[in-house]
Amino acid sequence: MILVRSLAGKPWVWSFLGALVVWLATIAFTGGYGAGGMVTAALSLAVFTVIVGVGQMFVITLGPGNVDLSLPANIGLASAVAMKVMAGSDSMIVVGLLAALACGAAIGAVNYLLIWALRIPPIIATLSASFIIQSIDISYGRGLQIKPPPGFADFTNWQVLGIPVLAVLTVLFTIGAAIALQRMIYGRSVLAIGQNIRAAWLAGVNVGRIRFLTYTLSGALGGIDGALLAGYFRGANVDIGNEYLLASIAVVVIGGTSVAGGKANVPGVWGAALFLVLLLTMLNTFGVSAGVRLLLTGLIIVGVITAAGGEKAVR
Amino acid sequence: MRPEMTAASLEATARSSAERGALARARLLRGLLPALSLALVLLAIAWLNPRAISYFGFSLMLNLAIPIALATIAQMFVISGNELDLSIGTFVGFVGCVTATWLKDAPLIGVAILLGSIGVYALLGALIHLRNLPSIVVTLGMSFVWQGLAILVLPKPGGKAPDWLLAIMSFKPPFVPFPIIAALLIGLVVHFGLMRTSYGVILRGSGGNPAALKRAGWSLLRTKIVLFALAGLFGVLSGMALIGITTSADANIGNGYTLLSIAGVILGGGEFVGGRVSPIGAVIGALTLALAASPLLTFMHIPPDWQVAANGAILIIVLAARVLISRRER
Repeated sequence: MILVRSLAGKPWVWSFLGALVVWLATIAFTGGYGAGGMVTAALSLAVFTVIVGVGQMFVITLGPGNVDLSLPANIGLASAVAMKVMAGSDSMIVVGLLAALACGAAIGAVNYLLIWALRIPPIIATLSASFIIQSIDISYGRGLQIKPPPGFADFTNWQVLGIPVLAVLTVLFTIGAAIALQRMIYGRSVLAIGQNIRAAWLAGVNVGRIRFLTYTLSGALGGIDGALLAGYFRGANVDIGNEYLLASIAVVVIGGTSVAGGKANVPGVWGAALFLVLLLTMLNTFGVSAGVRLLLTGLIIVGVITAAGGEKAVR
Repeated sequence: MRPEMTAASLEATARSSAERGALARARLLRGLLPALSLALVLLAIAWLNPRAISYFGFSLMLNLAIPIALATIAQMFVISGNELDLSIGTFVGFVGCVTATWLKDAPLIGVAILLGSIGVYALLGALIHLRNLPSIVVTLGMSFVWQGLAILVLPKPGGKAPDWLLAIMSFKPPFVPFPIIAALLIGLVVHFGLMRTSYGVILRGSGGNPAALKRAGWSLLRTKIVLFALAGLFGVLSGMALIGITTSADANIGNGYTLLSIAGVILGGGEFVGGRVSPIGAVIGALTLALAASPLLTFMHIPPDWQVAANGAILIIVLAARVLISRRER
């Protein structure tokens, strides 16, 4: 009983509960058919949302107005960079991954440079940056039809006993992120800045450096995500990251992280990502049309956020 | 934010009158910045292609300025209440689809749907206020809803704009191209409503200092509903204007408008918090973006690949200029 109560108090439980309900509804519809396969597919797809979701979570936790809108463009460019550097050869996989990581980190650093030098709201800085990145990507990735190296494509699709290896690695990564958030100076500083940037500054937190690191981290995660997506879907694409703008913000908020900043939740990102992916699978299984699927996805997001309610604190 | 401002104003009173003069000039410059950036873009166009500066050239370049300006005004209302609408683009697309189908075939039902959608916007305002929800997430969810509805209304690109709408949008007044007249009209009407009426002050105050307004006895629920309903109204106008120009619709037609509208408000001197917005600035910002995104960039030796980047670069340059001016303001 105590366990139940302490669990119910944790915001991330709800996102997992939602994922479970959606999963049960789907297998009830199919009569149990494909229950395991659905979990495997959901885990494989959720990975990509979780990786950018964690980056976005750190950014959003910095406080109101902090959000990284350049992620989709970043993912698109990094996927092209990774494929070009790897050039279809297994020996270049690590170099390609590092190149994508560096590309993403550079984008993140530029984002913060714009925010800091021009003192503009992060939304506009990352938005302007994303316009420019998009153009670079269109110009750089034109006619790019390089397949990922076979070893890399196999790695991103690799499963052991129905569990995607990438998902296991991502779980390890998120555990690391949770420790960084709750137990390390960096994470505590991010939380402090989100709660009250002035108080954090007075308390000696190097606000500029932490914000720089956070935007760079978000960019780097976007870069890695782009490379992995290109491996999983067997090819880079300008539009490959498009859906991750809304998805990255949605998983952060549904997962129990406060949009007002200063309160973050790592497990919730996983729950929310699984919830969103399973929701799409469920609607596809029900055989609804694209229009109805979008409509229901939207209504469910609004419904979930309404039920979870906002914070009572005065902003 | 606020303590700094009081400190700044105290400092200002202590300063000598000469310094105050300089401060006033810097403020004036800041207020004129949106217009200056528009002038700069125009100069660049005139320099690169003098023939573009003509009645025909402007009609072509500013083709999409009216719907962008209307969507920017919609976003501005939401921003003046310290919220953000990430669904305005798909909403414009939804309105476009309804305009090209129901509004033409069954005008009464079409009008009812559009009025209903404004009602949905008002309800969203109420929901966001009552449950204290983050508007970013709610409107994010709504962006899926509008897109889904748009696809349901018009599964394949097509439909046709009502004739009266086509007639309005292809209106060719003498001397001054229609988009410029329309933009002026939109800017002035909203400026009068939001900046010069007493309820306009209350609406902006709900973003500037909600606690003070509440203590003065004003309903914050009502201001939020009014702001969102106005956003819905201008979103509807934007979708209709867009279809009047493109003549047919597509469920994805408005998707770019979410980011364009936010950029327009900020270019026009608006700020994300504090109810500091400027309707005329927003319209000028929208015009600047419309010019920057116009097909004429192709004729200016800017390859199509880099046209999106031109938008980003203009945003960054204008904001950098604003920082330079703000430094002098202190």
